Amino acid sequence: MAVIGSGSFGSVIANVLAENREVLLFTRRTEVADAILLRREHNGQKMHERIRPVMDPAEIADSCNLIFPIVPSANFREMTRLFAPFLSPAHILIHGTKGMDVILPPGMTFSRKDTDMGEQIELNRSMVRTMSEVIAEETAVVRIGCLSGPNLVGEISSFQPAATVVASRFDEVIAEGQKALKSSRFKVFGTHDVIGVEFAGVLKNVMAIASGILSGLGYGDNARAMLITRGLAEMTYIGGRLGAEKSAFFGLSGLGDLIATCSSKLSRNYSVGYRLASGEKLPDILDSMTQVAEGLNTLKVTKALVDHYKIRAPITQTLYRIVYQGTTVEAGMKFLMDYPFNVDVDFL
Amino acid sequence: MSTSDKKASYDPLMPDLNSWPVVQLSRNRLDFRKQVEEEAKARIHESLQGSLRDELERALFRESIRMKEKRWSTDPKDESAFWQGIKDELIHTSKLAEANSSKEADEKALSEIVSRYAKEISGKFNISVYKFVQRLMPVGFYPLLKSPVNFNFLDNKVSAQVRKRIQFTGDIDKIRALSKDCTVVMVPTHFSNLDSVIAGWSIGTMGLPAFLYGAGQNLFGIKLFAFFMNYLGSYKVDRRKKNMLYLETLKTYSTLALSRGCHSLFFPGGRRSRSGSIETKLKLGLLGTAIDAQYRNLLLANAEAPAKKIIVVPVVINYHFVMEAPVLIDDYLKTTGKESYLIDEKDKYSSSYELFKIVFKLFTKGSEFSLSFGEPMDVFGNTVDNAGASFSHKQAPLNIRDYFVSHGELRHDRQRNTEYVRMLGEKITTSFKRENTVFSSHLVAFAAFEMLRRRFPKMDIYDLIRLSDDERVLPKQLFFDTVSVLYDAVRKMADAGTIRMAEHLLDECKGDIHKIIEHGVHNVGIYHSKKVLLLNKKGDITSEDLKLLYYYHNRLEGYSLAKYI
Repeated sequence: MAVIGSGSFGSVIANVLAENREVLLFTRRTEVADAILLRREHNGQKMHERIRPVMDPAEIADSCNLIFPIVPSANFREMTRLFAPFLSPAHILIHGTKGMDVILPPGMTFSRKDTDMGEQIELNRSMVRTMSEVIAEETAVVRIGCLSGPNLVGEISSFQPAATVVASRFDEVIAEGQKALKSSRFKVFGTHDVIGVEFAGVLKNVMAIASGILSGLGYGDNARAMLITRGLAEMTYIGGRLGAEKSAFFGLSGLGDLIATCSSKLSRNYSVGYRLASGEKLPDILDSMTQVAEGLNTLKVTKALVDHYKIRAPITQTLYRIVYQGTTVEAGMKFLMDYPFNVDVDFL
Repeated sequence: MSTSDKKASYDPLMPDLNSWPVVQLSRNRLDFRKQVEEEAKARIHESLQGSLRDELERALFRESIRMKEKRWSTDPKDESAFWQGIKDELIHTSKLAEANSSKEADEKALSEIVSRYAKEISGKFNISVYKFVQRLMPVGFYPLLKSPVNFNFLDNKVSAQVRKRIQFTGDIDKIRALSKDCTVVMVPTHFSNLDSVIAGWSIGTMGLPAFLYGAGQNLFGIKLFAFFMNYLGSYKVDRRKKNMLYLETLKTYSTLALSRGCHSLFFPGGRRSRSGSIETKLKLGLLGTAIDAQYRNLLLANAEAPAKKIIVVPVVINYHFVMEAPVLIDDYLKTTGKESYLIDEKDKYSSSYELFKIVFKLFTKGSEFSLSFGEPMDVFGNTVDNAGASFSHKQAPLNIRDYFVSHGELRHDRQRNTEYVRMLGEKITTSFKRENTVFSSHLVAFAAFEMLRRRFPKMDIYDLIRLSDDERVLPKQLFFDTVSVLYDAVRKMADAGTIRMAEHLLDECKGDIHKIIEHGVHNVGIYHSKKVLLLNKKGDITSEDLKLLYYYHNRLEGYSLAKYI
């Protein structure tokens, strides 16, 4: 089996997989391959002996039937296209990327650059792809799955217990994913709701930024609990409108991941929010980050979807105004506290 | 290449009828039935969720309910006695102490039930009846197509002339080429009981060998149909029987027939469309047998005998007039409306007499229809070339064996196949939507009904179909403008390849909106006792039956065309 992508999550998943079998890790960078081969270290993680770096997509596809693509959503389609000529319906792909891809009709543009606020356009579902949809669009692979859950890299790499979910319409994919990932410290659940799991994992990144802001403002657990529950309601509304089952939002990839990311300083999205609330400017924050915070692109895409479908999503809309339109975090908080929420649980 | 085709007829691909797979199957039907029985039992054992005894009891229970509540005249006289015998046997053996005797009795009961079902499902094929029907049918279609009623019975010229009046769209040459080395499964839309007649005749006209056809058991109640179907290779599908033993026997029958190379025809919608709209949800059971057969072919293949490919061809049949429309739309409104709609009309079109009356009307008047053949695909929905080789949506060559491979080997996986069937179903419905052919009658019906909906935006469908005579009149100029806009939109869609347009819109009507309105108003549901659309004394448009107007309007549902109204 193989992992495509040598970022921090790709590396940690390669390490988890290597506990069971040999793993090929695809990277395009020679220095990364060297670091793994020579020092057995990468991204601050020790790399397992059974991991072998590979730079040839054909070798990956020829030697492995089970492949885990884990690259940022901004590069996901390009990576998929690179592998597409070597992939067949015999392959199983389980991706671990929590992001969205935007496909627009000719004449429309949508900036992927995280510092750009994005053109003020509305997006509908037909213009947005989850990563499993990108794989289906670009390759002949049909047995596709998604890996998602509260899986903070720092904790997994320090061998702490964790759980995740593999979603696929195929039992076979879930079983293969479980067999490959399972260990005494890593529990793997399964579900058929791929779209639900994907959107749950994607949308919680927006809430993670908001949670970082609350912490940056010095607020405590009451405020965070409020954000998590109202954020979950908002995610459920948005996800439901985009074709997801509500149940996915209450599992590991929804509520589970939301609690983990909204409470942990290890989360990249959380730190973006935290630093924004501390008065840093977005370009400076991004300049100093070595890893991608998927939440920023997700925020732009979600805001454009929310506008199109007229979904009641005050947290997303307020966060967008704070990050991209100069609204102060204090003004944003005031808006949310004054917002006329009436019913506690109205999304089940 | 997809073209509109008016070629009079095609040379038969297999002139010797004795070599047709369906004929071979009929000749070896006893052996074949034995094979079906054995494999069906194996499939049943593989699918058991609990014990065999549980499944037998479930089947017994369901059959008892069916015999009590849904009895048809076509049901065999001895079925009550048969099931009583099974029941007695099961009660008797359940009292026995030895587990082995009970198990043996269960297996015996299973064999008896499966054998009975296999016999009931099996059809036969008679070459003489087939030849007779192929020559007779054009005579029936001749006046239906508005040709002068002046012909000699059983004259080949009639067939040729009839053929010229039917719009065939699609790559017929490719379908013919594929049928030589592959097994073809034709999956048409289903609007009328006449669909099977038209599809069957078209297959013959295309020069293809006869197809095996899964005909609803209810159709055998129409004696006119039953006689022919009994001898034309149709096997019986009884939709009342939902027990697992029956379904597995039926699927095994279809799988093995396909695997033996018999081209087949299924209506994947399962039953006639109630609303009049193109099917978007399919019954996947029989469709799944195409995937099972493909797997079986791959499993049995060797270097000398490579696996035969199964090819799926979606077909959309379009009419100006669907004789059963009043009953179908009533059924639809009753199901969706519940208490808002409480009319219970009997399906009077499912009797020989009523069918004869309709056929008589067709003889004395005229209407037309089209068959649009979609792009042939493999059982995974991939496009294929004329030799049946598969290509991905990125035009990369595919080996379909890969779909069934796990860890380098062919491996049967029911759940995986179920998912493949769902994917195939999606490809078929997408093809249906694209191949749907817009008739003038659909255009005017859609325009008229949507205008009424726009005029009374707060009314639901159940209020709309009860509008008073005054409320349903549409001013002629406004109607003209609406049809014009709609026509332009449909034309753009046709140019983009997302729908098809009937030739009469461009040939006979020359794209002239006045002519299209005249043609559409005249033809929409032409033989119903009430006029679906008509012009009043002022020349404005009105309807005598809004339910039927809704039915014919529905043919263009799902294309987001209402925004042009």
